[in-house]
Amino acid sequence: MTIGGRTLALARLRGRRPAGRLHPAALAVVGLAALAAAVVLGVGAGSVALAPGDTLGILLRAAGLPLEQTWSAAAETIVLELRLPRVLTAVVVGGGLAVAGATFQGLLRNPLADPYVLGTASGAALGAAIAVLIPVRVALLDLGLLNALAFAGGLAAVAVVYRLGRGGPLAPLTGLLLTGYAVGSLLAAGLAMTMYLSGANLRQIFAFLLGGLEGSSWLRLAMTLPLVVGGSLAILARARALNGLLLGEEAAAHLGVDVRRERGILLGLATLVTAAAVAISGLIGFVGLVAPHLVRLAVGPNARHVLPLAAILGAVLLVCADLVARLLGEIPVGVVTAVIGAPFFLALLRTARGGYEL
Amino acid sequence: MTAARPALPDRHPSEAPPPAVMTAAATAAGPRAVAALDGVVVAYRDRVVLRGVDLAIAAGERVALVGPNGAGKSTLLRVLAGLVTPSSGTVTLGGDPVATLDRPAIARRLAAVPGQVTFPFSARVEEIVALGRLPHEDPFRGPRAADRAAVDAAIARVGIERLRGRDARELSLGERQLVLVALAVAQAAPLLVLDEPTVHLDLRHQVAVMELLADLNEQGGTTVLAVLHDLALARHFFPRLAVLDGGRIVADGPPDRVLSRERVRAVFGVDVALTGGPPGR
Repeated sequence: MTIGGRTLALARLRGRRPAGRLHPAALAVVGLAALAAAVVLGVGAGSVALAPGDTLGILLRAAGLPLEQTWSAAAETIVLELRLPRVLTAVVVGGGLAVAGATFQGLLRNPLADPYVLGTASGAALGAAIAVLIPVRVALLDLGLLNALAFAGGLAAVAVVYRLGRGGPLAPLTGLLLTGYAVGSLLAAGLAMTMYLSGANLRQIFAFLLGGLEGSSWLRLAMTLPLVVGGSLAILARARALNGLLLGEEAAAHLGVDVRRERGILLGLATLVTAAAVAISGLIGFVGLVAPHLVRLAVGPNARHVLPLAAILGAVLLVCADLVARLLGEIPVGVVTAVIGAPFFLALLRTARGGYEL
Repeated sequence: MTAARPALPDRHPSEAPPPAVMTAAATAAGPRAVAALDGVVVAYRDRVVLRGVDLAIAAGERVALVGPNGAGKSTLLRVLAGLVTPSSGTVTLGGDPVATLDRPAIARRLAAVPGQVTFPFSARVEEIVALGRLPHEDPFRGPRAADRAAVDAAIARVGIERLRGRDARELSLGERQLVLVALAVAQAAPLLVLDEPTVHLDLRHQVAVMELLADLNEQGGTTVLAVLHDLALARHFFPRLAVLDGGRIVADGPPDRVLSRERVRAVFGVDVALTGGPPGR
């Protein structure tokens, strides 16, 4: 990382890149190593302490290595059925939120944008709250009504914002942002009303609003994973458009970007990724805001590098935040990310190199 | 920048350029035309901006588009780049109708220097210039060695090596303008289009940008079309001027013929005499 403009030896690896930037590939290797360590740590730590060797052994044996079982069957169940799906969910959700955040920031040319900026959060929250209010319990496979309505609510909110926000007299981006704000306020009112009516179920709604990964399971992960990974890869394939948009929509068009089309596609993909993540984890803030900024400081604004590295960093951040949340007795992980993320973001805003031009 | 170029060759229109080129250019609607507008009409809702514009630019020309505010100059550039669809008339780039070209194809034929640009994120000068290679980039593999070489060459051509590692947001407006020109040079399109490239610049930077354009045009063979407000700069650095007024080309040709006292009074509503001789340096 960079300290006061001076870079560590890592930055001086061969290869042509701007002075003061870290090598993206080297950073990816470091990031993946950190992610592997965080996953092992996340699986090993918890209310039941497991020896690190046993944790690693269970994971490697599950991965197909012919290891002899030297641990209890209970330990294996805890690792493989409880902790591993949860930690991997944190990887997928954290990575997805970071990719979506980077996409919204680039698309809206707004460093304060996060995955929820156009109403995904308010839509998902209202969906989840309505699900809590409905007395019928529906469960399809492993997904409850809450997950389904949160997913649908997130998508629907952005679809409404997109439809209302364009074609008006305002510049497209301003129109989208202001419409997002207006629709978000309306949905927030709906959410407040639902919470007022929810009575004894209020706690359930709060759990969604604050985010949490305790409901993770292999099946839920299996349903979210293709949406998040597929959406993220599709975004990465359009990195060129995001790069063009660095200079604004008109300049991007001159650089060969079909702005209107790319904006619609990227908006749809980022919303899909966000809604899929939110549907199984609730609203987890700051990961999608902070991870892309940190990565940009290290490697510059090229989306081709920012997107994958932000995904890795977002995954590491959320696995660690979830670990802290569990160690503190299952507090909502959204509280942890906010407590870590907000001061961190403030510090970021105060550094010269993180300065922004709005 | 200015120092890198030796003595300014006298570009006074009464001596240079050869008139043969001018007559060829004025009728260059044929296949040699890098860009051509033919009877182009553009209307935004109830407001007609261009009322039948004919303009053909041949390969290797350097044309300044002048005219009062609201004459439709920027709209003309946007029509040329396919960003505005005319309600009638045809626009061709490199001989093909713009309507049949996709955005990357247009970007490989026409490089535009954007007007004022803000950078939402910290970006180094060379990272900004590298954006000029987007229309040539493979969408999946990203920039190749040839792209990086083109970026280096553009930075050297514009003479901003000393800026390459700087954060683009710390630059002065003049330096930013040079960076944006370098971006368009890296784009390596046969036609370079600029919308008021000297706005906000001091005299030294204005001359630097003008000399750079002349150099790119004369040495590099790039065709240049620039919207200019400064008539003195236009007449000194451009062998061909087109005057747009009220959505129509009202004059087109060498500066001395185009910028008569009567026409300047009629088009701009001011009574000035543009005297000969190079502008003060």
